[in-house]
Amino acid sequence: MFENLVTWSRVKSPWVYHLNSGSCNGCDIEILAALMPRFDAERFGVLLQGTPRHADVVVATGPVTEQLKEKVIRCYEQVPEPKFVVAVGQCAISGAIFDGSYCTHGGIDKIIPVNAYIPGCPPKPEAILDGVVKLLTSLTEG
Amino acid sequence: MAEVTIPIGPIHPALKEPERFMITIEGETVVAADVRIGHIHRGIEKLAESKTYIQNLYLTERICGICSFTHTTNFSQATEEILGIEVPKRGVYLRTIVNELERIHSHLLWIGVAGHEMGFDTLFMYSWDDREIVQDLLEIMTGNRVNYAYNTIGGVRRDMSPEIAQKALKAMDKLEVAMQKYIDIGLNEDTILKRTQGVGVLSPADARRLTAVGPRLRASGIKYDVRKADPHAAYDEVPFEVITSDTHDVHGQYVVRALETLESIKMVRWMVTNLPDGDYRVKTPRKVPEGESFSRTEAPRGEDIHWLVANGTDKPERLKIRAPTYANIANVAFNLKGAHIADVPMIVAGIDPCMGCMDRVIIIDADKKTQTVTDEAGLWKFANDWYANGGKK
Ligand code: SF4
Repeated sequence: MFENLVTWSRVKSPWVYHLNSGSCNGCDIEILAALMPRFDAERFGVLLQGTPRHADVVVATGPVTEQLKEKVIRCYEQVPEPKFVVAVGQCAISGAIFDGSYCTHGGIDKIIPVNAYIPGCPPKPEAILDGVVKLLTSLTEG
Repeated sequence: MAEVTIPIGPIHPALKEPERFMITIEGETVVAADVRIGHIHRGIEKLAESKTYIQNLYLTERICGICSFTHTTNFSQATEEILGIEVPKRGVYLRTIVNELERIHSHLLWIGVAGHEMGFDTLFMYSWDDREIVQDLLEIMTGNRVNYAYNTIGGVRRDMSPEIAQKALKAMDKLEVAMQKYIDIGLNEDTILKRTQGVGVLSPADARRLTAVGPRLRASGIKYDVRKADPHAAYDEVPFEVITSDTHDVHGQYVVRALETLESIKMVRWMVTNLPDGDYRVKTPRKVPEGESFSRTEAPRGEDIHWLVANGTDKPERLKIRAPTYANIANVAFNLKGAHIADVPMIVAGIDPCMGCMDRVIIIDADKKTQTVTDEAGLWKFANDWYANGGKK
């Protein structure tokens, strides 16, 4: 019963933290655009948080650069359990165009565990919303 | 009073991108600022050497997702120069149109972000909503909202049909109405005036000395725009004004950007109506002969430079890029000194920093002590007065 209540509230109002690990900015502006009036992610209860400590979902972009590796791990560790990571964009998934560079790690999942992937370079705001909603539905189904 | 050093970043809610600012404060006043850049260094210049010219178009596009088109324009121009290729007139015009659309979307984005930084989120919501008009137009014209993949060596990849031209003209009318609103807000709204006037003042002499570029330079009263000074693409044919401001502060930057957007809207309208007929691209060989070239464009944030060395193969020998934020970050560090701590976000946001562009090189700003020593007495007085007045100016 109590478990159900917690899951319900988590699904109805996920607080997200946006973590940029060295992206080109393309995905970041599309994430912001998803929160803006046109797409309005807030109607799904999605709220952007300023600190990882308040977040349920980490929305991560970028291929993880050498300098940010430690910081990405630290941010991830600060998120309270249970935590979910969504990798947004091709370069967050596999490094994509930055693959083979001497200072990128080729994707978020090389560094921290990832629960959902949203491909595209950059994905459209609709796709980002769709990804977040899919993640939330998978939570209710257990 | 003791000095306190506050690290801001690299991961910080006030910054959309990872970057670190070490701010030393005394009371409420910043006495030293140190900018540590390079957190998003992805090794793009080195990667460029391992990719073909066509692949490099996609790589340079992803230096920065906001001003992506300016980078591909630069890269194609540099390559075309070595190849000795003349791009057809229609292609040049289409390129220029997208360049201006990009400026409109980027400036609207800045107006929103500036509003957000000063706690005026309503402006943020409105301007990002109006920005969708440009985004839609870019999407029907190029096929994508952000990294358009529209440029190619020898022209552009798609033509503009008469229907799209009609839509573009309609969108420009809508945007013009919207821009008038933002100009009105910028000139009359108390929140904006209080938070931006007299903040981040950069005198023309300092602007020159600290290599300011783009709207930051023009807000310091210097009439310099690469589109006029060294016209590339179709800029020598399109009529437009270079906007400057003589207030030298963040408010000046708001005004410059808002009026510049209005100019861009007029330019797009002019180019769409006067679009030349003919081809929009030419076929180019894959291998580029030995040679060197240099290209610059006026990105939304300022002067963007690409320098290309070709060695006769299908991959470049060397590509050097200098993006506008790299040139502008020095004046931010300068302006932060002596500023009020509450104004730090406005000063940083003022230049419209784009860390993705800047972080291909690493520097550490070493200019520390001098400013602190000379200003100390004044700062002490300021801090004391501040507290004597119960925290008011
Ligand atoms: S996926 Fe593409 S658009 Fe997104 S941050 Fe990476 S390079 Fe930029």
